[in-house]
Amino acid sequence: MTGPKQPVAARPGGGGPRRPRVRAVRRGVPVPLLVPGLLALAFLLVPLLALLVRAPWRSLPSQLTSTEVWQALQLSLISATAATAVALVLGVPLAWLLARAEFPGRGLVRALVTLPLVLPPVVGGVALLLALGRNGVVGQWLDAWFGITLPFTTAGVVIAEAFVAMPFLVISVEGTLRAADPRYEEAATTLGASRFTAFRRVTLPLIAPGIAAGAVLAWARALGEFGATITFAGNFPGRTQTMPLAVYLALQNDPEAAIALSLILLAVSIAVLAGLRDRWMTGA
Amino acid sequence: MTRTARRTRRMLPPAGVGVAALLALSACSHSDGATPAKADSSRSAAPGLSGTVTVFAAASLKESFTTLGEQFEQQHPGTKVAFNFGGSDTLAASITSGAPADVFAAASPKTMSVVTDRTDTTSAPSIFARNQLEIATLPGNPGKVSSLKDLTDPGLKVVLCDRTVPCGAAAQKVLDTGGVKVTPVSYEQDVKAALNKVELKEADASLVYRTDVKSAGGKVRGVEFPESKDAINDYPIAPLKSSKNADAAAAFIALVKSPDGQKVLSRAGFLKP
Repeated sequence: MTGPKQPVAARPGGGGPRRPRVRAVRRGVPVPLLVPGLLALAFLLVPLLALLVRAPWRSLPSQLTSTEVWQALQLSLISATAATAVALVLGVPLAWLLARAEFPGRGLVRALVTLPLVLPPVVGGVALLLALGRNGVVGQWLDAWFGITLPFTTAGVVIAEAFVAMPFLVISVEGTLRAADPRYEEAATTLGASRFTAFRRVTLPLIAPGIAAGAVLAWARALGEFGATITFAGNFPGRTQTMPLAVYLALQNDPEAAIALSLILLAVSIAVLAGLRDRWMTGA
Repeated sequence: MTRTARRTRRMLPPAGVGVAALLALSACSHSDGATPAKADSSRSAAPGLSGTVTVFAAASLKESFTTLGEQFEQQHPGTKVAFNFGGSDTLAASITSGAPADVFAAASPKTMSVVTDRTDTTSAPSIFARNQLEIATLPGNPGKVSSLKDLTDPGLKVVLCDRTVPCGAAAQKVLDTGGVKVTPVSYEQDVKAALNKVELKEADASLVYRTDVKSAGGKVRGVEFPESKDAINDYPIAPLKSSKNADAAAAFIALVKSPDGQKVLSRAGFLKP
């Protein structure tokens, strides 16, 4: 056996089962897998189909032309992208530390990183207020020293979304790093590269698909983020009102408008995710 | 080796999507499960009333109705009052879709009419309490807010309820009648969210109900203003047709409207009907 030509094994979920023969598996689909699999597919798709069936197609054009909708959509796309950028810049180094650096309490740190995943987003928003709010533990100094207040600003939206989305990226990238062979980096360092150069020139290209997958997950999560955003950044059209907030408030008195807004968000996210998948995740 | 690597790589996108779907499911959970009415068949010594009364009530009634529920259970041994507190719209929607309830107390005639239009009530709803807006400011009122006009101060961070929810509609009404134009930093999704922003000192002032100011204790300071008379909120209560315990439901409504009940409500900041 020769060494792997493409030494990329991106598996965010950890060790998958290794089957020796690929071809034998492909022949028939076992019923115990087929039935629940199809049920799962139906479970995920039927609610979306119901949304399409009951959509107010007639009033849709007038919904589409409202400036508030475009404002919210624009803000959603910008803030989700900015939150993903923040998650990338800070999350990839954190993932590297968790996967490659030896330090006491690493297991605990890893568990803490995933906490925002289980925390109800509204609680996350309150926690952010207590930390970064005008009167918060850190926020009061930001206010006193730099005159920066984050709640009720677009920057606040980005922070709330990054807080909720970054763990997705960290977990995905860390999983990829653990699956990647560290000997490539070791080889690079024995050839004279510094550890940072090895990270930049060897590790990063090696784990690029994992980073891309994590970034897409983080972006999707940020785009749909509701609880932390409305709690930390509030809701003001054009400044902090993202699409999920607009949908929720429309739902209070005009469910048809809420469905229309959801369809727009769905269409845009499907278009973006499908585009990214073709470019990054299958071609790499 | 090559094959394994390639296969796992090919598996990645669907796996990722699966994880995303799973987490999206858990991400947004506004649980508002209806409290199931327990068919309590234990016979009580007192003649007439027994069993459970299930009361669906607006969230703002939580403190006062919980007290009234305890009073009711004391007055009628063998009975039990089960509450489901929530947004009036949500409660009305669950009643019309068949949630088991005996009594509905709403925060506005509009939400009550959702239920009465479907003739789910046995008798016409009656108003048992009223609520009006107050300005909630930080303790000690450092912004020196004394009237609705003071909220226009650009140095003041004001949060209002969104126009789509009842407190926001009421706020809009008093601002319109007062001829005051306020630019808030945020339109909050409900009255408690607006109150929280002041409690956490992230906002300097908000327009909330008197009862919310009362329930916040000393964490906010309430400022009354004359324009609030123009947007007084009526609270209707009605027995429901689907009730399996109509006598106890009627008795609970009678307690709410009795002098004792009114005392509890006015202690929470409600006005007399």
